[in-house]
Amino acid sequence: MSLLEVKNLSVEFDTPDGPVRAVQDVSFSLGEQKTLAIVGESGSGKSQTAFSIMGLLASNGRVTGSVKFDGTEILNASEKVMNTYRAAQIAMIFQDPMTSLNPFVRVSKQMAEVLMLHKGLSKTDAIKDSIRMLDAVKIPDPARRVHMYPHEFSGGMRQRVMIAMSLLCHPRLVIADEPTTALDVTVQAQIMDLLSDLQNDFGMSIVLITHDLGVVKGSCENTLVLYGGRVMETGPTSELFAEPTHPYTRGLLHAVPRLESNEAKLATIPGNPPNMQHPPKGCAFSPRCGSANDRCVATKPELDWFSADRSRACHLSQEELV
Amino acid sequence: MNSTETLLTVDDVKVYFKYGGTGLAKKKEQKYIKAVDGISFDIKRGETLGIVGESGCGKSTLARAVIRMVPAHSGRVLWMGQDLLELDGNSMRDQRKDLQMIFQDPLASLNPRMTLGQIIAEPLKTHFPKMPRSEIRAKVAAMMARVGLLPNMVNRYPHEFSGGQCQRIGIARALILEPKLIICDEPVSALDVSIQAQVINLLMDLQKEMNLSLMFIAHDLSVVKHISTRVMVLYLGNVVELAESEAIYQNPLHPYTRALIAAVPDLDKPAPADRASLMVDGELPSPLTPPSGCPFRTRCPIAQDICSVDKPKLNTSFNGHCVACHFHGVDQRDN
Repeated sequence: MSLLEVKNLSVEFDTPDGPVRAVQDVSFSLGEQKTLAIVGESGSGKSQTAFSIMGLLASNGRVTGSVKFDGTEILNASEKVMNTYRAAQIAMIFQDPMTSLNPFVRVSKQMAEVLMLHKGLSKTDAIKDSIRMLDAVKIPDPARRVHMYPHEFSGGMRQRVMIAMSLLCHPRLVIADEPTTALDVTVQAQIMDLLSDLQNDFGMSIVLITHDLGVVKGSCENTLVLYGGRVMETGPTSELFAEPTHPYTRGLLHAVPRLESNEAKLATIPGNPPNMQHPPKGCAFSPRCGSANDRCVATKPELDWFSADRSRACHLSQEELV
Repeated sequence: MNSTETLLTVDDVKVYFKYGGTGLAKKKEQKYIKAVDGISFDIKRGETLGIVGESGCGKSTLARAVIRMVPAHSGRVLWMGQDLLELDGNSMRDQRKDLQMIFQDPLASLNPRMTLGQIIAEPLKTHFPKMPRSEIRAKVAAMMARVGLLPNMVNRYPHEFSGGQCQRIGIARALILEPKLIICDEPVSALDVSIQAQVINLLMDLQKEMNLSLMFIAHDLSVVKHISTRVMVLYLGNVVELAESEAIYQNPLHPYTRALIAAVPDLDKPAPADRASLMVDGELPSPLTPPSGCPFRTRCPIAQDICSVDKPKLNTSFNGHCVACHFHGVDQRDN
C-alpha cells in the first residue's frame, strides 16, 4: 500500500470576483521512501496541493476529493486530528527560510518547541535532540549555533535549520515546497545532496515541489507536471524527460537554456500562463499550444494511462503533435 | 569585435560601505565592508558582458556603482572617454539617457499607481520636457509594439499583468530613450522558465536591432552563457575569471568557475562521476571578515599555503582569458 494516496483533489477559493479553481482533479500516490516531484510554473496549483494535504489552506479555500495517509483519510480532518499528523507523520519545508522562521525567537526554542509539543520531551532533552539534528544536516558547531537567532545564519544555513526542524519527529513524509528556489546554485546543489542523504538515513518519502526541472532530474523517481491546476503528464522522471508526450512538458524542457547548446535562439512557449479567474474552457494549455485544434479549445482532455506508470492529458496523439 | 569602439571602461572601482563605529566613543573603530574591491573591465558597442556570482559577491553593487546609484569609494568609470564619477548631478542625468537599467523584480520596479503608458513615457518626460504629447504617445505606442505589448494595455496598471509582461514594461521603459548601454540586474531570475526564454530572446533581438551593449547580471550560468559575448565571474567583490563565454564554459581555469559549472544540474546527461570533487563546500565567507590572501581559499579544493598569504592578481593567460589564481587553474588533484 502506498503511503500517500491523493484522489481527485480540487481546491477552490472564494474571492470577491467569484470562485477561483486553483487545483482540479489532481490524483497521485507515493510509496514508502520514494520521491515525487510536482513541477509547474507560478500559479499552476502546486503549492495549494501541498497546503491542502497539510490542512493549511487559507480560510476562503475549499477542498474536495480524498487524501489518504497510510490508509486513513486526512482531508478536511479536524485541527485536533491534523495536529497529530503534522510534524510527527508529515512535515513541511517551506520556500523562504527567513520568513518561515520566527526572527524574534532563538533557533533552540523554535526547534525544542516541536519536540516538547509532539513528543512531550523536557526542554533539556528537546534541545539535546535539536543539536543532534542540526549536526545531521551538517551545520558546523551545532551546540553553539542552536542558541543563535535566525538572522545570524546565512540563507543556506537557515534552510538547513528548516530541514532539521522538519525532521525532528522523524516524519514518514516530508513535503518540500521549493526548498532551493531562494538559494544560490552552489548551495542548491549542497541542499539537494543533503536531502537525498537524509532520505537514505531516515527512510522518509519526499514530495518535492519545484519549478526547476534540473533539480527534479537529479533527485526524484517520479514526476507530475501541473499546469493551470490540472495534471498534464505523469511518469518516472527519466522516461518523462527522455520522451515527454505532452506539448507543455516538451515546451518546458526545450525552454531551459543549456550550457552545451550553441543555438542563437531559445525555444519558447508563446503567451502567458492562464488567469485562473477566467480559465480556458477546454485544455488549460490550449491557448499556448502549437498543435491545439477545435476540440482542445472546447473540451478538457482526461488523464489517459497509456502505460502502467505513465499518463497524459491531451486530446492529440503523440504523432499529431508539432 | 576588435574594430568596435569601447563604450564603457571601468577602472579599479571600489565600493566600500562603512560599518561599526557608530556613536562617539567608537569613532576610531571605523571599518569598511569591501563590497566591490577593485574591479576593472570594459564593454564594447554591441557586446554583452555577463556577470555571475553568488548572492553577496558584489554584482549588483558593481552595476549600481557604474550608474552612480551607490557612491564608489575610488576608481574611474569612463563612459565614452568621460569619467562618470566626477560629473555633477545635472551632467550625470544627461548621461543617464544613454545608460538605462532593468531591475530584478518586475512588479516591484513599477509604480503601482501609474498606468503602463505613464510608466513608459516617464523617462521621455524627464529628459525631454518640451516634447509634444502626440510625439510621446507615438513613441510609447511604437515601443510597446516592439516589446510585444498590445496597444489596448496602455491604460492598465502593473498589477493587472503577469511577471513576464511586467518585465516587458520594464524593458520598454529602459529602451524608450534609445540608450547605448543597458544594465540588466537579474532580469529573468524571478520569471518562470517558459517566460524567461521569451524575455531573453526579446533582449537579444532588441540588442541586434538597436546595436545595444548589455551588462547582464545573473546567477544562472546557463542563461549568462547563452546571452553573453564575454563572462566575468565575481567572488567576494573580486574578479576571479574573465573570458569569452565559450572559453569560460569549455575551459574554466578558476576552481570557483568550475564549481559553478558543476553545480548547474544537467537535463540531458547524468551527473558526471567527478562532480562531487569539483563542488565547493560551505558558503560565501562573511564580507565583514574576508579571508586573507585569495578570497576563495576557504572553499577551494586545490588551495595551498601560498593562497592564504598572497592575493592572486588577475592575469591574462591567453586569448584575453583572465584568471586570478596562483595555479592558473592547473589541476592539483592529479599531482
